[in-house]
Amino acid sequence: MDLSAEHILDHYRHPHHKVWLEHPTVTHAEQNWSCGDALIVQLCIEDDRIAAIGWSGEGCAVSQAAMSLLSESLEDTTLTEAEALSARDVIDLLAIPIGARRLKCALLGLHTLQNAIRAFRSLPPLTWGETVGNAEQTR
Amino acid sequence: MPLDTAAIRRQFPFLAPRVDGQTIVYLDSAATAQKPSCVIDALTEAMKTSTGGVRRGMHPLSERATTLYESARQEVARFIGAQPQEIIFTKNATESINLVARSYAASVLREGDVIVLTLLEHHSNIVPWLQLSEEKGIAIRWIDIDDAGRLRMDEMEEALSDPRTKLLAVTGQSNVLGVRPDLATVLPMAKSHGVRTLVDAAQRIVHTPVDVRALDCDFLAFSGHKLFGPDGIGVLYGRGELLRDMPPFLGGGSMIRTVDRAHFLPEDPPYRFEAGTPPAAEAHALAAAIRWLTALPLQDREAHAHTLLSHAIERLRRVKGLHLLGPGTADEQCGLISFTLNGVHPHDLTDLLGQRGICLRAGHHCAQPLHDRLGITASTRLSVGLYNTIEEIDTCVHAIEEIQQAFQQ
Repeated sequence: MDLSAEHILDHYRHPHHKVWLEHPTVTHAEQNWSCGDALIVQLCIEDDRIAAIGWSGEGCAVSQAAMSLLSESLEDTTLTEAEALSARDVIDLLAIPIGARRLKCALLGLHTLQNAIRAFRSLPPLTWGETVGNAEQTR
Repeated sequence: MPLDTAAIRRQFPFLAPRVDGQTIVYLDSAATAQKPSCVIDALTEAMKTSTGGVRRGMHPLSERATTLYESARQEVARFIGAQPQEIIFTKNATESINLVARSYAASVLREGDVIVLTLLEHHSNIVPWLQLSEEKGIAIRWIDIDDAGRLRMDEMEEALSDPRTKLLAVTGQSNVLGVRPDLATVLPMAKSHGVRTLVDAAQRIVHTPVDVRALDCDFLAFSGHKLFGPDGIGVLYGRGELLRDMPPFLGGGSMIRTVDRAHFLPEDPPYRFEAGTPPAAEAHALAAAIRWLTALPLQDREAHAHTLLSHAIERLRRVKGLHLLGPGTADEQCGLISFTLNGVHPHDLTDLLGQRGICLRAGHHCAQPLHDRLGITASTRLSVGLYNTIEEIDTCVHAIEEIQQAFQQ
C-alpha cells in the first residue's frame, strides 16, 4: 500500500455509497477469513440494471477504499457489465501497486459484489480461489 | 552484566548492510527468530559432510548422520531435563501436539471425557482437540481469562476437579498477550486430580528455562525455528511410561521393527513416532542453536528482554489512540506486546511499517478465540529478540506515530 496515494485514504475516511438501503433486491455478506475484514453489499436491481448500491463493513484501508471505488463505478450499470468486472479492473481502479499479501484485501469488494449478483441469479457463489485465481491470471 | 548486543548483532547475517541500503528492524521474533551464523553453518556443514540415511545404512555417511541426529536428541534432552528416549523430533510444535492428540488422546480418551483448554491458546493447541472432539464425542471445556489476560484460576480448579476431565492442554506463554500461566500451580493441580497435561512451550522455551521434571508435565511441545534454529524441526517431550503404551502416529519407514503382508510391529519410542527419513541436518542445527542460546547467561537474556519490553510499553503507551492488550507491564508479559490503534487497521499499519523495513506481525495471530474474548478482530504485535535494541524500538514507535498522523489528516 502506498501512503502517498491520498485517494485511497480519502475513500477510507469518507467512503462512497456506504449506506444501508431500506428495500434492496439482494443483500449479500462476505468475509476475508484470514484477517476478519467483512463487507455487506446491497443492490436494488431494476430491469437488469443496478439502480442503487449500498454497503457496510469494516476492515483495512485497501478493502474499504476498493469497495468505495467499486460502488462508484457501478452507478447505473447493467448486471452483465458488473459481472464482467475483473480483478484487473479493481486493481486499476485502486491505482496503487497491490502485492500478493494485499490481493484479498483489494478483491473483497469484487468478491462480495459478484456473489451478491450470483445470489440474485440463484447461482452458487464464487470461491475465493475463483476470485483470486482470476486476478492472478490477469496480473 | 548487560548482554553485548553489538556482538550478538554481528552474528546475525540478516543484519548485515544491504546493497539497497535498507536496514531491517525485526520485531517479529515471536513468529520466527532470525538465525545466527553458527546455526546456518551447522546446517550447511551437516549437509556437506554428513548426508546419509539415519539408522539405515552401514556406510560411513549414514554413521555420521545417525551420530549427528542422536547427539542432537541428547542435547535437546539435556536442555529440558528429559531422557533422550523421551524426545521425539517432529516438524514443529503443531505436529507435536497433533501427535499427542492422534496417538495418546485418541487411544485413551472416551466419549464423554473432557479436555480442558484456555482462551490463551494458539490454534495449534485448539484445532487438534476440536478435531478429536468431533470424531470421538469428547467435550472441550474452556478456561476464561480476566480482562488483563490472567487465567481464571477458580475456573481452572473447578474444571480440573471434574471427574470427567482427562487432559489439560495449556500454553506456557500466550503468543498474543505474552502472559505466562502459572504452570507451577496449574500442573500439580491437574496431577492431584489425575489429569494428564500437555504444555505448548512454543513461546515460553525462548524466554524461560523449561525443566520437564520440575514442571512434572506429561507432554511438552516446541518448535526449533522460534529458538534460533531451522524451520522444519520441532520437539515433543513425552513422559517415558506414557510413550511406551502409545500407538504410532504416522506409519512408514523407520518406525517399525518388522512388517509382513498383514501386520507390522512398531519400534520402541522415540523411533515409533518418527516415520520416514528424519531431518538430521536440522536436528544438528537445532542443537547448535540451543548451545548458542544457553551459552549466554540466562539472567542477562532475561534482563535484555525486560528492558526492551519495558521501553516499548512505555513508548507505546504515549501514542494517542493506541490500546495495549494484556497487563501492560514487562513484569507480567514476556518478550512481546500487542495493541490496536484507532483508525488504522493492523494490516495497513504493518504493511506501511514493512515498507520502512520494520517487521511486525498483524492479524489474529492464530488465536481467534482469544481475539473474540477481547472483542477485537485483529491486533498488531511487537516482539523482541536478543538482537534488538532500544533504538530499534524508538524507530518503530516513531514510524507508528507518523503513519497514524497520515491516516488522521
